[in-house]
Amino acid sequence: MIRDFIYLKANTAGEALDLIDKHKEDYKVICGGQSLLILMRQGLVAPEYLIDIKNVNELNYIRFDKKDGLRIGATTTHRAVESSPLVLEAYPVLVNMEENLASIQTRNWGTIGGNLCHGDPAGDPGPVFIALNGSVKIGSKGKTRTLFLEDFFVDYFETALEEGELLLEVHLPPIPPRTALAYEKFNIIKNDQGFVSLAAAITLENDGLVCKDARIVLGAAAPTPMRIREAERLLIGKKLSKSLLEKAGEKASEEADPVADVHASEEYRRHLVRSLTKKMVNKAWEEAKTLAK
Amino acid sequence: MEKQLLRITVNNEHHELYIKPKKLLVEVLRDELGLTGTKRGCNTGACCACTVLLNGKTVKSCSVLAIQADGCEIRTVEGLASGAELTPLQRSFLDHGAYQCGFCTSGMLISATALLSENPTPTLDQIKEGLHGNLCRCTGYNSIIRAVRAVGEDKYEEGSK
Repeated sequence: MIRDFIYLKANTAGEALDLIDKHKEDYKVICGGQSLLILMRQGLVAPEYLIDIKNVNELNYIRFDKKDGLRIGATTTHRAVESSPLVLEAYPVLVNMEENLASIQTRNWGTIGGNLCHGDPAGDPGPVFIALNGSVKIGSKGKTRTLFLEDFFVDYFETALEEGELLLEVHLPPIPPRTALAYEKFNIIKNDQGFVSLAAAITLENDGLVCKDARIVLGAAAPTPMRIREAERLLIGKKLSKSLLEKAGEKASEEADPVADVHASEEYRRHLVRSLTKKMVNKAWEEAKTLAK
Repeated sequence: MEKQLLRITVNNEHHELYIKPKKLLVEVLRDELGLTGTKRGCNTGACCACTVLLNGKTVKSCSVLAIQADGCEIRTVEGLASGAELTPLQRSFLDHGAYQCGFCTSGMLISATALLSENPTPTLDQIKEGLHGNLCRCTGYNSIIRAVRAVGEDKYEEGSK
């Protein structure tokens, strides 16, 4: 049963920031509410003021520029990202990620900003955005700041957003040359949350053999989306090979910090981390090779 | 808690009513407007039985605050047929026995209507993709998919019996 709240609707980002500032003591921001309403129905979240930004159209946009990269406004729906020809052309991994995210109904109403602010370590966009070296623009009354997405997630369902702050935009820089990305989650029911998910970005040197950069990000295997840096370090500067991937998988499963729950034991999750690391790095590597030619 | 004005168009009919802001869209449709064709299944956003069209796009009416739909156009299963004349999809559902208990049907019809309006000739995989969120607790998926496929293959014309 959802507890009563005072509903306030913002029509612009400025109005939203004013309302948030005014009701700092006990508010929650709702956009699509696809995660928030579940928590409110369970009584886990019961704000006095609910500030609605669903109609803030100035934050509903997808912009792409070859030099600047991709900018997605916070109130942009998942479905808009999924069906954007711009995104498909420049960041196809995002389309693939969206097509496997929940149901069409959820993607039609749920938003990118809401997904990130929910701070669920099993969320899909987080790991992919981090693999893409993404950042977020955060606004508060009279101020904005930017933060790498890597630093945005703080703990289970907790983000770096402070009281009075609103997430405004996600920015993804252009994908470096000879770089390919892969993302996959392991689940039993298609489009469910992953027991473990993994995004990998592999950049090759000019020679098409040596790994210049690697960003490997886990979902649902730690309190936040997590870069597995030791596994990345194993790959960077080396010629990639099956045996190296084997070692990276091993390292990744040690680095992960998963919990046991009804879906999977800790041991099982570590096993999934190992196999997804090998599989996704291999997939990105194979694709990067074709780009290096 | 103070009620707030909700202005909403449902199946081309305009309504103005006062509701508590915590009311879900499914509650307003069923309890306030008496449109019980939309079913409340799991009430946790998992089954999509309560799917309606909001400004032409499918949403789960159990997962949308009604007040957030202020000024929007809603289409429910009651708004598919015009009078006694069923849509091609509805006729195909009848012919293919795409019902068992019928509880998922209104959500299935709405999702399939949205699918066919975006893509009038979907492939088998596209149909499965388009209906993926809608659960049928009788597991009658095959007949549902056949029914949608028949419409996509033009076996049902608008307006014919």
